[in-house]
Amino acid sequence: MLKTRLIPCLDVADGRVVKGVNFVNLRDAGDPVEAARAYDAAGADELCFLDIHATHENRGTMYDLVSRTAEACYIPLAVGGGVRSPEDVRALLLAGADKVSFNSAAVADPDVVARSADRFGSQCIIVAIDARTVAPGRWEIFTHGGRRATGIDAVAFARTVAARGAGEILLTSMDRDGTKAGYNIPLVRAVVDAVDIPVIASGGVGTLDHLVEGVTLGGAAAVLAASIFHFGTFTIGEAKQHMARAGIPMRL
Amino acid sequence: MSTVIVDYGAGNLHSARKAFERMAAEAGRAGSVRVSARPEDVARADRLVLPGDGAFPACRDALLSVPGLLPAIVEAVTRRAVPFMGICIGMQLLASRGLEHRETAGLGWIPGEVVRIAPSDPRLKVPHMGWNDLVIDRPHPVLAGIATGAHAYFVHSFHFRLADPAHRLAHVDYGGEITAIVGRDNLVGVQFHPEKSQATGLRIIAGFLAWRP
Repeated sequence: MLKTRLIPCLDVADGRVVKGVNFVNLRDAGDPVEAARAYDAAGADELCFLDIHATHENRGTMYDLVSRTAEACYIPLAVGGGVRSPEDVRALLLAGADKVSFNSAAVADPDVVARSADRFGSQCIIVAIDARTVAPGRWEIFTHGGRRATGIDAVAFARTVAARGAGEILLTSMDRDGTKAGYNIPLVRAVVDAVDIPVIASGGVGTLDHLVEGVTLGGAAAVLAASIFHFGTFTIGEAKQHMARAGIPMRL
Repeated sequence: MSTVIVDYGAGNLHSARKAFERMAAEAGRAGSVRVSARPEDVARADRLVLPGDGAFPACRDALLSVPGLLPAIVEAVTRRAVPFMGICIGMQLLASRGLEHRETAGLGWIPGEVVRIAPSDPRLKVPHMGWNDLVIDRPHPVLAGIATGAHAYFVHSFHFRLADPAHRLAHVDYGGEITAIVGRDNLVGVQFHPEKSQATGLRIIAGFLAWRP
């Protein structure tokens, strides 16, 4: 039986982990490679790096980081932030990423998803959707870190990119991100029901029950969290045990 | 002694190379793994690994596009009988034919066809992506130390439907049975990514490197 994935996400800027990672005796809490290695050892099912200050000038730093992480970890690595073209996808895959995530560029031009999926396969193309509630049961895509409204309906856009060949959707609720109030379950449910590809729930995890709800209520194939793991509130093992006790198939 | 990972431009070989290098070093054969698309390297290899990401026809076309590469692989596998491991699409290419996008001939070394996954439960998504637990169908030297219940990382939308169940070494359940590991003579193939499957994957790589069919 396929297991539900638990994915810690690391925000990275200029090759360093933003805010640090506070657990398991890391020699250097700001080194993404060390954090990745620790999460691998702790039983994370996959890792996500998000380059939050992606610019042309610092791409080399990210490629180097991805390359060193791929050498240290034997679990899948997804990388996002500043990905604009099939050439960016190729560079990250060659550096050692297993999956690459589009965000604003896919909103501006959904065909970039098709061009990339045709060339590299859907299995490595994620589309990250940042959505904000605009009315009950209606969510709009926001880009540029949630600051810029697009007028695009998040559920309709999910269908669009799935049809263009995206292999997975990373769905972040901008209403919930950073609040620790739990995933935006109606949003997760709406997108899961709209597409045939896996959906990763993101944004708002504060407790282990939130992870459970993302799966049991939202229907997500994978759950992503950042701060509850980085700050040592819970370990990966505790989270997976908790989800398994709630009846969710997990890789323990 | 050299293991050649065939680099025919179909996917990311970084992780595979690191995993094979690590297990070769642990077996006392550091430096024996090469990534190459040169037919002369394949001709000298005593083990071959054929990876592959993407679509079946694209991988097959890429394999055929390197002059002399496929004949060198065929010679190594069928005449010299070197141990061969296919990974993901590299495993699917062992089939008689693939039906992704269009009908495409495979290498035909393990009879069967590669068809789209159609889970009996419509709530199950395709691609089949993530960690699934292996059910071992028959013992094999490459699977030494791997028991039913071990998890491996899968990401694929098509699967290998074997003509002869005797060629199935392991499967997983995903709204029906999905072929996970195939084997015949000096050939094995894994649908999952051993280089992304932590200890289970590394152990299978070690089993392959130690295998003397």
